[in-house]
Amino acid sequence: MTQSADSAAAQKPVIAPVILLHPNDNILVCVKHISVGDSFSIDGELITSAIAIDVGHKIARAALSTGAKVYRYGAPIGSMIEPVAKGAHVHMHNMKSDYIPSHTRTRQNEDRSES
Amino acid sequence: MTSPVNNTVSFSGWQRADGRKGIRNVIVVAYLVECAHHVTRRIVNLADDMDVHLIGFPGCYPNQYAYEMMRAVCTHPNVGGALLVSLGCESMNREKLLSEIIASGRPAELLVIQEAGGTKTTIELGLAAVKRLQTETAKVARVPMFLNELIVGTICGGSDGTSGISANPAVGRCFDALVAADATCIFEETGELIGCETIMADRAITPELGAEIEACVAKAEHYYRVMGFGSFAPGNADGGLTTLEEKSMGAYSKSGSSPISGLIKPGDIPPAGGLYLLDVVPDGEPRFGFPNISDNAEIIELIACGSHVILFTTGRGSVVGSAISPVIKVCANPETYRRLAGDMDVNAGRILEGEATLDEVGEEILQNVIAVASGARSVSEELGHQEFILTYKAFEPIGPSCLPVRQIA
Repeated sequence: MTQSADSAAAQKPVIAPVILLHPNDNILVCVKHISVGDSFSIDGELITSAIAIDVGHKIARAALSTGAKVYRYGAPIGSMIEPVAKGAHVHMHNMKSDYIPSHTRTRQNEDRSES
Repeated sequence: MTSPVNNTVSFSGWQRADGRKGIRNVIVVAYLVECAHHVTRRIVNLADDMDVHLIGFPGCYPNQYAYEMMRAVCTHPNVGGALLVSLGCESMNREKLLSEIIASGRPAELLVIQEAGGTKTTIELGLAAVKRLQTETAKVARVPMFLNELIVGTICGGSDGTSGISANPAVGRCFDALVAADATCIFEETGELIGCETIMADRAITPELGAEIEACVAKAEHYYRVMGFGSFAPGNADGGLTTLEEKSMGAYSKSGSSPISGLIKPGDIPPAGGLYLLDVVPDGEPRFGFPNISDNAEIIELIACGSHVILFTTGRGSVVGSAISPVIKVCANPETYRRLAGDMDVNAGRILEGEATLDEVGEEILQNVIAVASGARSVSEELGHQEFILTYKAFEPIGPSCLPVRQIA
């Protein structure tokens, strides 16, 4: 980007890297890249991220147990297949669809295990 | 809320004989089987005109859906004339297609490669035919066109975890403003609305239509289960989406909050202004493979339903446009926008960075629609994107409960 865009970015208000989309949600969505060691607040509690989180990805708003429904937009979007700690990444490795299994470039076989 | 627009907003359209109006005056050059594709592409490339578009159907076997789609797009209000290029032995009923285009009041010509004398001669004859069609289409009258005569379709492609919180709801705000102005808006991909069927049915203008909507999403779920894959691409997961129902909830917000006036299938033209759901998943047991092998298969179905303009939201960053109707691209993710700014019309990622509200971006999308309808080229159009894909499908006609508007009228 150009220098003028950088200086415009410098003047921007500081925005939280994660947002809550609905009061009933148990996940937050990352809207600004989070690096390892970055700190941010979840419901008033300061969390330090152990991993990098990309924009668009989800983190747990609270600790979730296996089988817990995951809520986004106030609606169920799947279930946990492993427990997750507050502030940790929620994605393919610990969560699944309640409708049709998702595939990736490396998980395309019937049980969606690595192939 | 996005500022109200009224029907006095007007632009200059092309009057077609069937009463509809177009915002472009395109000549389509169509191959009727893959074997005629190269010759047709050469004609289009040598014509070197932004408003001469390549379309076609690759299959040699007959298919009612493919025929109806070709008829619908060749007689689309953005189309002024058509040149059909046949090899000669394929199943597409070229004479019927030609006569239906001519009956719609458009100039149309047909070349059969086997009769014309092969590749070189057909290319020469095709170029001469395009010149004649250009002369004819230039004579079409320009008339004032109003928002309530405009049909706008929407699709998302390359969705990520930002799509459902920036670009998609912003398109929803734009749709609400358009529907309030009595324009026609179409959203689609029932396979990407799995999980939203109940809340969507509640928005139907009659309970019977609501039941049809729930049934069509159930059909989509069955179809995708048989295929073994949901409508979910690896890039969706890279961008933070984990499940099909998560993607669905985000996609659904493109529809805005207007009541749903009807359920249509590819080629059905909405009978009045309002919001319509397009069912793109084939009827009956799965026969021809995936319902939509890529985004342009859905875009051309929206166009076959009369869409003059397409609003395409993307998180990961799609670059496509379309033949026949301009595509306006709304980028959901601010990081993607910085990488692909040259391919985007609207940066909805500003919402995530606190630089714009949903309403402001909704308004910007609306102003883009009006500008493109008034003749301004969208970014993908300017870059020469004219993608087109049409494959085999099978549909039953829509049921009597699907268009309550028509029954009331």
